[in-house]
Amino acid sequence: MTDQITPEVFSHLVELAALQLDPAEGEYIRRQLNNQLKSIHELEAIPLDNSLAPALHGVPYPAEISAAPRADVWQACPDVAAILSQAPQFEDGYIIVPDIPHTNLE
Amino acid sequence: MELCDLSAFVITQQLRQKKISAVEVTESALKRIEAVDGRPGMLDAGSLTAEDEKKVHAFITVTTERALKQAAEVDRKLAAGEDPGLLAGVPVTIKDIFCVKDTPSTAASKILANFTAPYTATPVERLEKAGAVVLGKVNLDEFTYGSSNESSAFQPSPRNPWNTGRVPGGSSGGSAASVAAGEAPLSLGTDTAGSIRQPASFCGVVGLKPTYGRVSRYGLIAFGSSLDCPGPVARNVSDAALMMQVIAGHDAHDSTTANVPVMDYVKSLDQDIRGLRIGLSPDYFRIAFPNPQTGEYEIQALPAEIETAVRRAAELLAAQGAEIVENVPMPNTKFGIPAYFVISRVEAASNLHRFDGVKYGYRAKGPFQDLTQMYRRTRGEGFGPQPKLRILMGMYVSAAQYSEQYYKRALQVRSMIRRDFEAAFDPQGEHKVDVLLTPTCPTTAFQMGAVYGDSVLMQYADQLTVPANHAGVPGLSIPAGLDQDGLPIGIQLLGPDYREDILFRVGRAYERATENDAWRSEKPQVLR
Repeated sequence: MTDQITPEVFSHLVELAALQLDPAEGEYIRRQLNNQLKSIHELEAIPLDNSLAPALHGVPYPAEISAAPRADVWQACPDVAAILSQAPQFEDGYIIVPDIPHTNLE
Repeated sequence: MELCDLSAFVITQQLRQKKISAVEVTESALKRIEAVDGRPGMLDAGSLTAEDEKKVHAFITVTTERALKQAAEVDRKLAAGEDPGLLAGVPVTIKDIFCVKDTPSTAASKILANFTAPYTATPVERLEKAGAVVLGKVNLDEFTYGSSNESSAFQPSPRNPWNTGRVPGGSSGGSAASVAAGEAPLSLGTDTAGSIRQPASFCGVVGLKPTYGRVSRYGLIAFGSSLDCPGPVARNVSDAALMMQVIAGHDAHDSTTANVPVMDYVKSLDQDIRGLRIGLSPDYFRIAFPNPQTGEYEIQALPAEIETAVRRAAELLAAQGAEIVENVPMPNTKFGIPAYFVISRVEAASNLHRFDGVKYGYRAKGPFQDLTQMYRRTRGEGFGPQPKLRILMGMYVSAAQYSEQYYKRALQVRSMIRRDFEAAFDPQGEHKVDVLLTPTCPTTAFQMGAVYGDSVLMQYADQLTVPANHAGVPGLSIPAGLDQDGLPIGIQLLGPDYREDILFRVGRAYERATENDAWRSEKPQVLR
């Protein structure tokens, strides 16, 4: 059986996922993905009623047990400095990142 | 027996009777950690030594000073006549997927290895408020992605206290191993496909996956947001009920927690089980495995020792007045893993996009040509193979051209799995069961290295636990004997939404019926 996720499709996925893989790791992961797809294809054998609603979660949330959304009120972060200090690079209250690539639209 | 070997229930009683102090209990637990745990999980751990292979390695971080301070506060409250809380003085371990303020919260990943949480997760906060003493953070599969703990970036990964050549299960393997080894009577784990119940089964302890939305996910580093459930790991059912009493309930910080009153779980332990209808399903007595040579799926019988344990449990419960209902159909059980491969990966990919080297956590060393290069190098170096697999599969199956074929279909299959449970528990239905009794896992603990690397085979370790995650219903794994290799066997009880009380009640009844069994006096290898 030919691989559904070919090296070309895989490279595209890796780029979209903002990952960088060395060749050995990439080949291992691509092989595993194709193996997982064989399991996923088991789903195709199931006769499904098209009107069957997809379940986004298992437990129903009728209104009587759901919390109302909280008021949309601004709240101050109790410790901004502690949050900012987690950033790998920051200065004067700003998080520093390398140049953001941009494209001029024609 | 050391103080750390006492149950949580006994510790709280003896503490109130002033027979022991919280500091003494904590010191006993810390001493046990020193004796059996070995070096903690770390990045760049080097090669395993012969000594490493005999130890448990449950911990990534032991917070000794913090724990002793909490214990002293419990003792102060007791001396002052103040209420120290329901779990006063009980040592607990926390799976390192929960944020605990001012402690490293790593998710067992290099990408969060340097992250110190600025706030505390709700279930941990509730434990601490109830007087529990947090001993530290325990290891897990990286971002919870696995069923053996071997994928942790923090090595040595945990080992099974019953046989250190075997895995403890996963992803809450550090939790289960720490409880089985007597390092703490309780641990807080999470269950997305079986990550509490499978390691509980492998390590001979009790593990509960609560109803989805029963315990807050606030402060839990997310995997599959529609599936993740925090829950207790304990040495017996009563302790699990006690811990659940503390952590369950609505939380304004997690909108998926339900406004449903929390039952008195502890009180439910004393109720008998006369008249309860306990279902057995043939669909939980056969297992599917991919053939490594052909890739085809083969249906196999459950190992005889595991099936015998389940059937004996049914007989013992029947002897206490429960009614056993055979042949309850759960026909969509076998689709649990294929649907999980899709749903969990889509949710994981979405959740993992936040780790980018900008706001917190690891950033690769520069210089960088631009931001994109920084993202790619950071994520490439920071994530291990399991997160990368989940990101890539999640993106593939949710791509516009495949979404209908895979994602929507998987969600529809989830509806079918939910319907199986609704039909089984329907009071007006054909079977009207209160509880389903099943095996927890298709095997007992496997050898270290035997499965790791084969991501498909590893996932199938969860095939009997994952349906409850799809359906959202609660599941309890309890120890039910040892196999011929002396490894624990687990059995599982599954119940309707928010009926953890029935699971505790039936689980406790099973414990009472087997309290004189010879296997109950056996000790894990590391404690012999």
